[in-house]
Amino acid sequence: MTLDSSPVPAAEAVVWREKTLGENLARAGVSRRSFLAFCSRMAAVFAVGAPVAGWAGSASGATPTAEEIASALEKVTKPVVVWLQLQECTGCSESLLRAGGTTVEDVVLKLLSVDYLELLMAASGDAANKALEDANASDHVLVVNGSVPTKNGAFCVIGGESAETVLRKSAENATAVLAVGACAVWGSVQASKPNPTGAVGVEEIITDKPVLNVAGCPPIGEVIVAAITYILANGDLPETDSEGRPTFAYGQRIHDTCPRRAHFDAGQFVKTFDDEGAKQGWCLYDVGCKGPSTFSPCPVVQWNLGTSWPIGSGHPCIGCTEKDFFDTFTPFYTELPDVELPGVEATANKVGLGLLGVAAGGVAIHSAATGVRRWQGNRKDAGDAPLVAFGDTDKVWLPTPQGRPGLGGRHQAPDETTEEQS
Amino acid sequence: MSTTRVVIDPLTRIEGHLRMELEAADGAVSDAWCEVTQFRGIEMILKGRDPRDAWAFAQRICGVCTAVHAVASVVAVEDALDYAPPIQAQRIRELVLASQTVQDHVVHFYHLQALDWVNVPNAAKASPAAAAAFAANAGSTWTGNSVERMAEVKETLTSILASGQESIFTNGYWDHPAYELPPAADLMAVAHYLDALEFQRTMIRVGTVFGGKNPHPNFLVGGMACSIDVDSQTAVNQVDIDSITAWIDDTVTFVTDCYYPDVLALMKAYKPWFSIGRAADTYLAAGMAGAVFQGDPNDTRTLPSLSPVMGGVLLDGDLSTVHPIDTDKIAEYVTSAWYSQDDPDAGLHPSKGETEPDYTGPELPWEWIADEDRYTWSKSPRYDGRVTQVGPLARVLMAYAQGHDRTVELVDEALKVLRIELKDLNSTAGRILTRAIEAVTAAELMRDATWAAFTADVASGTTDVFNAEKWEPKTWPSQASGFGMIEVARGNLSHWVTIEDGEVARYQAVVPTTWLSGGRDAEGKPGPYEQSLTLDTHPLVDPKAPLEALRTIHSFDPCMSCAVHVLDPEGAEIVSVTTS
Repeated sequence: MTLDSSPVPAAEAVVWREKTLGENLARAGVSRRSFLAFCSRMAAVFAVGAPVAGWAGSASGATPTAEEIASALEKVTKPVVVWLQLQECTGCSESLLRAGGTTVEDVVLKLLSVDYLELLMAASGDAANKALEDANASDHVLVVNGSVPTKNGAFCVIGGESAETVLRKSAENATAVLAVGACAVWGSVQASKPNPTGAVGVEEIITDKPVLNVAGCPPIGEVIVAAITYILANGDLPETDSEGRPTFAYGQRIHDTCPRRAHFDAGQFVKTFDDEGAKQGWCLYDVGCKGPSTFSPCPVVQWNLGTSWPIGSGHPCIGCTEKDFFDTFTPFYTELPDVELPGVEATANKVGLGLLGVAAGGVAIHSAATGVRRWQGNRKDAGDAPLVAFGDTDKVWLPTPQGRPGLGGRHQAPDETTEEQS
Repeated sequence: MSTTRVVIDPLTRIEGHLRMELEAADGAVSDAWCEVTQFRGIEMILKGRDPRDAWAFAQRICGVCTAVHAVASVVAVEDALDYAPPIQAQRIRELVLASQTVQDHVVHFYHLQALDWVNVPNAAKASPAAAAAFAANAGSTWTGNSVERMAEVKETLTSILASGQESIFTNGYWDHPAYELPPAADLMAVAHYLDALEFQRTMIRVGTVFGGKNPHPNFLVGGMACSIDVDSQTAVNQVDIDSITAWIDDTVTFVTDCYYPDVLALMKAYKPWFSIGRAADTYLAAGMAGAVFQGDPNDTRTLPSLSPVMGGVLLDGDLSTVHPIDTDKIAEYVTSAWYSQDDPDAGLHPSKGETEPDYTGPELPWEWIADEDRYTWSKSPRYDGRVTQVGPLARVLMAYAQGHDRTVELVDEALKVLRIELKDLNSTAGRILTRAIEAVTAAELMRDATWAAFTADVASGTTDVFNAEKWEPKTWPSQASGFGMIEVARGNLSHWVTIEDGEVARYQAVVPTTWLSGGRDAEGKPGPYEQSLTLDTHPLVDPKAPLEALRTIHSFDPCMSCAVHVLDPEGAEIVSVTTS
C-alpha cells in the first residue's frame, strides 16, 4: 500500500548523505542484535494503535515487525534534524532523553545528525546560529517543541528573533515537520484561558505543509522516537487521525486498553483516593479519569522503561494528549459530563457504550472478573454521540479517527457490520 | 584595546531561553547583562482554577526540574487549607524530589555542562588504555571504566566525526585554548557522558512508581494517589519496593563511583576556575536538598528525615552565624524587567507584588538591548536588600556551617585534594563541585533516611497516602492563604497561593533561577549571573567563541522557564504590551 494521496515529499526528496545507517552501525560495533532490540521496542509502539498501513516493505501490509523496521532503517543515511524549542518547558526533550531501548543513545547519535537542539548542542550564540542557518539551507527534518506567542514576538526570543520567525525560517526547507508535545501541537498550558501571550501551535503558523502532531504533555519518549523512525524509514508521514496524530500511537482510547477496564464494566469505582477500591485497582472514572476520552498508548507502552503509567499509579488520566486539555478537562477531579453513572453491574455494559460513544474500531477488553460481556465496537451503532467539553457544550472535542484531508490519513471507517467481541 | 560587544543568544545547554550581552576588553569581560527572553504567564492562567488542579499547571513551568513545582503547589494549597497529608505521602514526595535532584545534577554535569570542559574531537585521539588508567587514577570505580568500553566509545566518536555530520557537536569551540584536558581524560568523560545518558533513566524510575510518569509525574492535594498495599498487584507492592531499593542503590553507586570522582578530577585539572566566577556571598537555604516546608520554614517542617540542617541565611560571607530566614525580608524588584508597577523602583514582597507585563524594548530582531533601562523578563529578588545566591553552593555551605557530618567530611576532603580554601567554593568550579557533593549527600539521605523510614513504616502497616478530610471545597474557608517552600535542585523555591470561594485568587512563585538570573535592582546592583562575570577579572580570550562565559553561567544550572513568572494581584486582565 502506498500513501498516494499524500502531498508529503517522497523519500528521494530527503537529502541522504554519506553512508547508510546499517554501515554506520556495523562500523561502530553496534550489533544487529542490539539494533533489533531497539527496533522491537519501536515495533511495540507501532503495534499499539491502528495497523500501520503503507509501511514500505512490510510483507503483510500492516504493522511492521522489528526485522522489517531494521531493514528499512539500515538503508537510510543520517538526515539532518533541526530541533526547535520555542515557548515551552523542555519536558519534551527530557522525555526524549528518557526513551527506552538498549542502545537508543547510540542509535540516536547515528540515526540522526541533530545539528540544532539547544538543550544538548555544544555551540552557543553565533556558532549555534550558524549551525541553524546551515541546516535550514538544505533539506532537513524539523522537530518543534513549544508554542508560538502571537501577541508579541518579545514573549519568546531566540537569537534575537521572534519564535515565529525562527519557526518560519526552519520550516521553509523542511521535508517533514513534527510538532512534538502539547505546546507545539495546540499551545497547551500557556494557551489555556486567558492565553496571556496568544500562544498557538505549529499548525497555526505553518499552513503550507502537513504537520505531524505528536501529542502529549510530554509525549512518551518512545513515541517521539517512533514518529521520527517512521518518517526516516518510509520517507513519508504516517497516517493520522483527524487531529493530525499518528494512528500507530494514538489510534486507541486509553479506556479501550486500560487494565482497569473490567472494573468500569463491572461498576467498580474508586470513590475516594486510597480507599479499598483504589488498592484493588478499580476504575478511576468517578475521581475524574479522562481515559474514556483520551487517545494515547500510555497503558501499553507505559513510561520510563515500562515502570508505570498515570492510571497504573492510581491517579486519574488528565487527558494530556487531547486538544486544550487544560481547559476542556478541568476541573481534573470531576468526572466526565453527560454520563449516566453505573450503579449495578447489570447496567455497566449500557453505561460503557453511552460513555464512549463506543470506541470506533477499538478493542474491547474484558476480564474474567466480570464475566463474558458482549458489546459492539461500531461507531455507527453508537449514534455518533460525542462527548462535549466542560462548560462549552457547543464544542465537540471528541476526536474521530478518520483521515484528515490532505495529510494522507487513510484510516478506514470501521466495518459497517456489527462485530461481536468477547 | 577597545571594547568589544559580545552577544550570546541562544545560550544553549540550559532549560529555556537565555541571552547574555557582554562587553569585553583586554581578554576579559568588562560588563555583563543577563536577559531572560521568554514569558508565558502561567500564574495568570492559574487564576480562577480549582486549587486542587493548580499543581498540574504549575508543574508545566518546567520540565527539567519537573515535579518540584507540583510539590510546591500542593504544599502551598495544603498550607492555606491547614490540611495535613499522611506521613507516607510526605515521604513519597521527598523520594520523588530526591531522585529528581540527583538525576538533575547528573544530567546537568554531563549533558549540560561537560562540553564546556571536555573536548570531544580531542577525546577521539586518546588511547583507550590511557582513558581507563586516567579513570582509575582519579579514584573512579565505575564499572564502565574498562579498556573495552573506552575503545567502543572511541570508535563511536570516530565514526561520528568521520561522517562529517557531527550532530550535537557541530560548531563546538573545539580549537579554543581553554580546553586543557589530556585526550585520555576527555575520552573518559565522553564515555561517562554516554553512560550517564543511559543511567539517568534509571534514577528517575523511583518517582515513576509513585507519579506514573516522568517528566510531569502526578501529585495530589491531601497526599498521593498511589495506594500502598504490599500484597496487591494493583498498588505499590513488594515488587515495587524491591525494585526501588535496587534503583536507589544503583543511584548511590553511580554518584559515588562515577559522578563525584569525575567532578573532582576535572575540576582539579581546571583549578584556576576556583578563583573565577565569584558572585554574591549572601546565601539562602531552607535546609538540605529536598527539604519541604508547609508555610514558614522556622515553624514547620513536614518531615524529620532531612533535619540535620536547619534553614537559614548566611550574610556577607560570614559562616559563623546562621540567621533564621525572615520571609518578610524577601523583596522582588522589576527595575530592569519588562513589568510595570506603581512604583517601578519598589521592592515588593511576593505576597504583595503588583506586576504587569509591559514590554518596552526595541522591535525585533534585536541587535543590542543592554543599553535599555529594562532588558529582561526576570524579576530580581533580594534578601534584606542583598544580592543572594541560592542552590547547591548555598546549601552545602549551610550544612557545613551547621556541622553536618557527611557534608563536612566531603568538603574537607575536596579542599584537601584541591588545595583550596572554603571561600574558593564561591566560584565557577566551586558551584560545580558543591553540586556533586550535594548529589552524594542527597542520594545517601534518600537511601538511609527517607527510603529507610518509608519501608520500615510500610512493614509496620503504616500505608495511608491520602487524607480525605479537606478534599471537598465545602470544607474550605471562604478565604485562605498559604505557601510552600522547598529546596530543589537549583535552590530555594516557594509557591504562594490565595484561595477565595474555592478558586485560586492569586498565585506567585519565587524561583531559584529568578534569584540568580535577575538583572540590576533599584540600587543598580547586578544579579548573581551578572556579578559572576564582572566582580573579579573573568577571562574571555576570543569574543567570537565565548567559552569561558559559558562555563561560568552554566555553573549556576540555568532554568529560565522557571525564572519568569507574574500575576497581577487584582487578577485584572493583563497584558498591556507595547513595542516602542
